Amino acid sequence: MQVFPFIVVAWIVVVGLYGMVTSRDLIHQVVCLIVVQSSTYVLLLAVGYVTGGVAPYFFDISPRALAVDPVVQALALTDVVVEAAVTALLLSFAVQAYKRFGTLDPHELAEFKG
Amino acid sequence: MTPRQRLWLFAVAVAGLVACYLWAFAGLPGFGDYPGPYGPAILKRVITETNATGVVSAVNFEYRGFDTVGEEFILFTAAAGMSVVLRQLRGERERQSSPTDDAANRQVPATSSAIRIVSLLFVGPTAVIGWWLATHAQTNPSGGFQGGVILATAFFLVYLSGEFIVFRRLSPIALLDAVEAIGAGGFAAVGVIAVAMSLPYLYNYLPLGTIPGAVSSSGTIAAISFLVGIEVAAAFLLIIGELLEQTLLRREGSS
Repeated sequence: MQVFPFIVVAWIVVVGLYGMVTSRDLIHQVVCLIVVQSSTYVLLLAVGYVTGGVAPYFFDISPRALAVDPVVQALALTDVVVEAAVTALLLSFAVQAYKRFGTLDPHELAEFKG
Repeated sequence: MTPRQRLWLFAVAVAGLVACYLWAFAGLPGFGDYPGPYGPAILKRVITETNATGVVSAVNFEYRGFDTVGEEFILFTAAAGMSVVLRQLRGERERQSSPTDDAANRQVPATSSAIRIVSLLFVGPTAVIGWWLATHAQTNPSGGFQGGVILATAFFLVYLSGEFIVFRRLSPIALLDAVEAIGAGGFAAVGVIAVAMSLPYLYNYLPLGTIPGAVSSSGTIAAISFLVGIEVAAAFLLIIGELLEQTLLRREGSS
């Protein structure tokens, strides 16, 4: 199936978004955002895949071997780093929100208005 | 808006999103038929140009080096932003936690000796693997980002096996700040040195070595990877240390 990986990507995005919309806990919401973002790893790696290609590392194989695209793999690495940074910041906001309002429920937090 | 209405709104929105998504995917080349010009072009020239056999690292630290500077500073800024966000309240009086929260008041069980022994056993090997990964970006699937995270894990094993105090003594914040700054600034400086030699920013001006994939090969790629490694390790230690400190504040506040 040629489109299967792309359907998986759409599925991961939707599942993550559903979790974010229905979430009753900020930490859970951050985890759902991570799920949404992890769809991009699947998308990037699926886009760069070459049928029959090896990983782009030529330490012990011929440099002329057919390999998958290294550029999208490097982008996936960037993606992971950015996700780690975003997660760290969001979690610290969650800590702050809990300290200030004593709750992590987004519905209750919405009532406090700042 | 009731939760039920929200869910309906979400269902409508997501149906539209999925429709657009699938429509867009229909125009993509099929899985496995990657046509892009950049990947094959880089694969063709990377070994003759850099002597690096780890092509992903070569892309990250050489061909996309300028992007990676930005990426590095994203992490740097996140660590700084986090300590700003959490520090604001540190001086303030800790508020009494709400009565509904049991988690903060629960008894914290003592670390079992099994966890202590296993994590102590793994401290050394983890540190070595992290260091090895950070210094072998030019040869195999390693690199500064991966190595840095694993290097930081070695310190968290110390935390797991003992006390936060020991962890803090091993990785004092002032030292971490300095190491992080050296890592991030060093990366930028490697590029600036190229400019000072009237070469393009981040040009690979170090000797490339003679054997592709040797540790001494690939010039600035290896140097940048190492700098990124220590920066990432310090940034993760700062970020997670900050969060650990928050949990300790809670425990103290509630006891």
